[in-house]
Formats: sequence, structure tokens, C-alpha cells
Amino acid sequence: MSDTKQHIKLPEHSLEKKTTTLNLGPTHPSTHGVFQNVVELDGERVVSAEQTVGYIHRAFEKIAEHRPLYQITPLTDRLNYCSSPINNMGWHICCERLLKVKTPKRVDYLRIIIMELARISDHLICNSIVGVDSGAYTGFLYVMQYRELIYEIYEEICGSRLTTNIGRIGGFERNFTNEAFAKLEKFIKEWPVVLEEFENLFNRNRIFMDRTIDVGPISAERALNYGFTGPNLRAAGVDYDVRIHNPYSSYEDFDFTVPVGTTGDCYDRFLVRNQEMWQSLKLIKDAYQKVQEFKGKDAEVFHADVPEYYLPDKKDVYTKMEALIYHFKIVMGEIEMPAGEIYSPVEGANGELGFYLISDGGRAPYRLHFRRPCFIYYQAYSELTKGGMLSDAIITMSSLNLIAGEMDA
Amino acid sequence: MALTNETIRQHLTEKFGEEIYDWEEPYGLLTFTSNKDLNLKILQFLFDDPTLQFRFLTDLCAVHYPEKKGKEIAVVYHLHNLVNNIRIRFKVFTDINQPDVFSAAALYASGNWMERETYDFYGINFIGHPNLVRILNADEMDYFPMRKEYPLEEQTRVDKDDEMFGRD
Repeated sequence: MSDTKQHIKLPEHSLEKKTTTLNLGPTHPSTHGVFQNVVELDGERVVSAEQTVGYIHRAFEKIAEHRPLYQITPLTDRLNYCSSPINNMGWHICCERLLKVKTPKRVDYLRIIIMELARISDHLICNSIVGVDSGAYTGFLYVMQYRELIYEIYEEICGSRLTTNIGRIGGFERNFTNEAFAKLEKFIKEWPVVLEEFENLFNRNRIFMDRTIDVGPISAERALNYGFTGPNLRAAGVDYDVRIHNPYSSYEDFDFTVPVGTTGDCYDRFLVRNQEMWQSLKLIKDAYQKVQEFKGKDAEVFHADVPEYYLPDKKDVYTKMEALIYHFKIVMGEIEMPAGEIYSPVEGANGELGFYLISDGGRAPYRLHFRRPCFIYYQAYSELTKGGMLSDAIITMSSLNLIAGEMDA
Repeated sequence: MALTNETIRQHLTEKFGEEIYDWEEPYGLLTFTSNKDLNLKILQFLFDDPTLQFRFLTDLCAVHYPEKKGKEIAVVYHLHNLVNNIRIRFKVFTDINQPDVFSAAALYASGNWMERETYDFYGINFIGHPNLVRILNADEMDYFPMRKEYPLEEQTRVDKDDEMFGRD
């Protein structure tokens, strides 16, 4: 029937070309976040992938130029929201370095406990999602209980769960309660059993191995050139870890190993994250032990003495002139910070999270730039997936631990 | 021999002499500046030199200083030598009316998106970049929002029409 009219307008040359264009995202169930991938397919093989980011850009860097330091903490929550406490602490550590504040050891150890809990919860999400994308839902559902327990620990300390806004410049807003320590003990006791079960479920599972080995590999050299950091870089065989190379929060007091992989494929990334969870657990145990060694007055310390930045006790505000003044100045954002320029990195759950802060001596940063690890290494996605199957591309995406909130800032 | 700020400085001065200036060490991080047309040469030298080996581009961003006439925008590179574990910061300044800087995307694959981001917010034209288009903002935007001439709304302004916000 030659007179039938074609009503669908197709792009030019789309019928002659031999490949299929597939639009993955921005709200595809398998992307686990708001990012889009335009994949060019030859059958089921990926010919090329073009990533689009920026759907949830919220102008954090611009907003930060108008806020006093303490009001920037909630912005950092919303970068990598799977491990917000690390971002919060990273920001506080950056401010403390700028202000040359020395935090007490107990604060450092408490921070390590929280940061390592956050690392576990982040790796847990990432690894169990890799499981989900390879068809194994059990791990994801089972381990969520323990993420819940981690969130309950946050809740005991700061009152919130996902976007924590935990801690203050100089330390914590309050001392850890006994309930928080009880929950921590419960976690230390029960978690190893669960993690072992999780590993039994996946590590030597034939189906899982077939789906992940040699999928999305990257060499150490390419990974470095692409600016990989964190577990993804370590899976490629480079033992770079900010906790070792530029220690912060007294990480130098602890003995832990940095697990590395060899091929940088999805399986290695999975194993490296699993091993890191064991290391984090060890760090938590050691830090908790050190915290318990503080007795008497030392066990009450939960912040450094920085009256200009640390909100005073409410009862002092009502009874002491000095505290009242500081309270007012802090809340109104009228503290002038010292001029300076600092780059302060911490080991985020998915890589090196850096804060580049320039202060001109004003009340808000002159410029604040976040080095967001997954924004930088997501560029490699196209190279990682080229030539593989479409379903491998999906697994690669989740095993890179991409967090849209962090990518788009 | 451990690499120190002093040896890095010596090495760079030997090679580039007076072309690199404004040596500083804020918080222990060696910082220096050079003319913008030399940026790629210096980055390449830092990358290739067997002693320096600055092969990891940690971060690339820009800063806007409206009061510095003729050098309003700074492009800041943070580089890391992972062998000796030492970081440096390298800056080049450019005129805001002609913000052309050579692209380092061919040297560091990671520089590609970082330069796109910098272009997106500051409008720096990275010469030689393979695909210099906006990345986080909408494509049809016609200004560069991180420049200082675009202030955020003043918190204390009173001329706001409350009706527009559902308050009467």
C-alpha cells in the first residue's frame, strides 16, 4: 500500500543506520538516581554511551558564598546522601583546619566511629544494589536492617537519619548517650555475622561471578588519568587512601589495611568494598575501645574550645554575658573568619571528597568548591561500557557507586 | 629522596625561571601562578618530569575576583604526586573579556568534565576542549552564574511582593 502515510516523524537517517538508540533515564529504575544515558546499541552490545548529568543541580557552591560556615553543613548533607556524616565531618575538618582549631582526641575517635559507620552504610547500599542489578534481591533486603541500625545510631546522636547535619565545628553538639553506645555495641556484635552471610551469598556465587568478572574493567593507569579515587581506584590496584596519605581526625592512631584489587572490574570493586566494610568494623571497634579508655572528666569531652564557632550551652546563654554574645553572633552569622585558602580532603565513601575554601576574611566563604569524586569518575563510564552488553552497562553503573546528589552539587 | 616544596620550587624555577611567580605556601600547600599561555607547558612538565610526577589532577575550578582588573578569573589546578604523596596548587589568571585558557583535557581525561563545569559557571573558553558545552546548567542559559555580578537574593530585602509567595 504505497499511499499509506507515515505519521511518526523519525530523525533523519534513523532507518538506514544499523544501531539502536536507547534512552536510559533520567528516571529509569535501573539508574538509581537522576541521570540519563543515551546508549547506542548494536543488538545488545553497547557501541557508545553518552552521559547527561545536572538534573538535580542545586547551586550549592553559589549558595555557600552567602552563608556563615555552620549553615553550609546542611548543604554538604545533600552531596552524597548515602553517607552524609562523612561529608559533614569533612566540612567541619576543613573549617577547623582554616581556623587552626585542634580537636581533642576523644572527639576525633567519636568522629571516626561515625564516619566508619557511614562508610559501611554507603558500601552496603552500593554492594547490595550491585546484587539487585545482577538479579539477587535477598542481600539488599536483608542487610537493610543494619543500615537501619546505623541510622538509629545517628538518630541518637544528632536527631536525624538521612541528611544528618551531625556535629559542629569543633566537635559534636552533645555527648553520645548511653543508648547510642548500647546501639553501637549491638551493631559491633551482630554486624560481622550478617556481613559474613552477605559475603557467602555473593562472593563465590557462580552466577554473580559470571555477571561481574571482567565487566566494566579499567586499568590502574586509565583510572588515575580519569581521576578515580576511593574503592574504584583501589579495585584497579592503586592503594591510595586519604585516611593514610593525608590523615585527619587521628586516623594515624589506628592500624588498618587498605584492600586493593587487580583488574578494576565490577567484581573487584565489589570485593574491595566488602573488605573495606571489615576494615571499617575494625576501626569502629578500636575507636570505641579508645573512647572507653577516657575516664572521669576526660569522658565528658565532646567538643573543642572554640567559643566563636561552637554554640554555647543554653543555660550559659541565659546566665553569662559572654555566652549570650557568642550565641547571638553565631546565630546571626556575624563571625568574621580568618582570611586564607585551603584544600582539605577526606576519604568519602566513594572517593576523595575535597573542600576548596577561599576566605577573604568575611562572614561567608569567598569561594567554596566541592571536589565531588563521582562527578569526576563518571566520565569514564562510556569507556568502561563500550563493547559490553547492555545489562553489563547497568551493573557497571551501580558498581561505580554514583550518587546523583553528589554529582550535580 | 623525598620531594619537598623546596625541591619542587627549585625544579620549576630552573625550567621556567621568572615565568612562575607568586610563590606561597598557605597551610603548607605549595601554590604558584603563571601566565595563562604557559599553563599547558607547565602542566605537561609537571606530568612528565621524572622527579615531579604530578600525574593526578585532583581538582580544577575557577574563582572570580572582580576587582583585579585584567585578571578577573583565576583557574585553579590542584595536582597530586601519588608516588611521593605531595600536593601543589597552580593558578593562572585571565581577563574576563577574553577568557581563553588552553584545555588540559588531553593530558588528564578527568579534566574533561571539570573544564566543562568551569565553563558552565564562569564562562572560561578552554581552547582545544573536545566538547565544551554546559554540563550542570540548562543548555539555553545565556549567563555564567558563579560570577560575582550575580548575587543571591539579599536575605533582608523588604521589597518582596508577599502575595507571590502565598502570604498576604
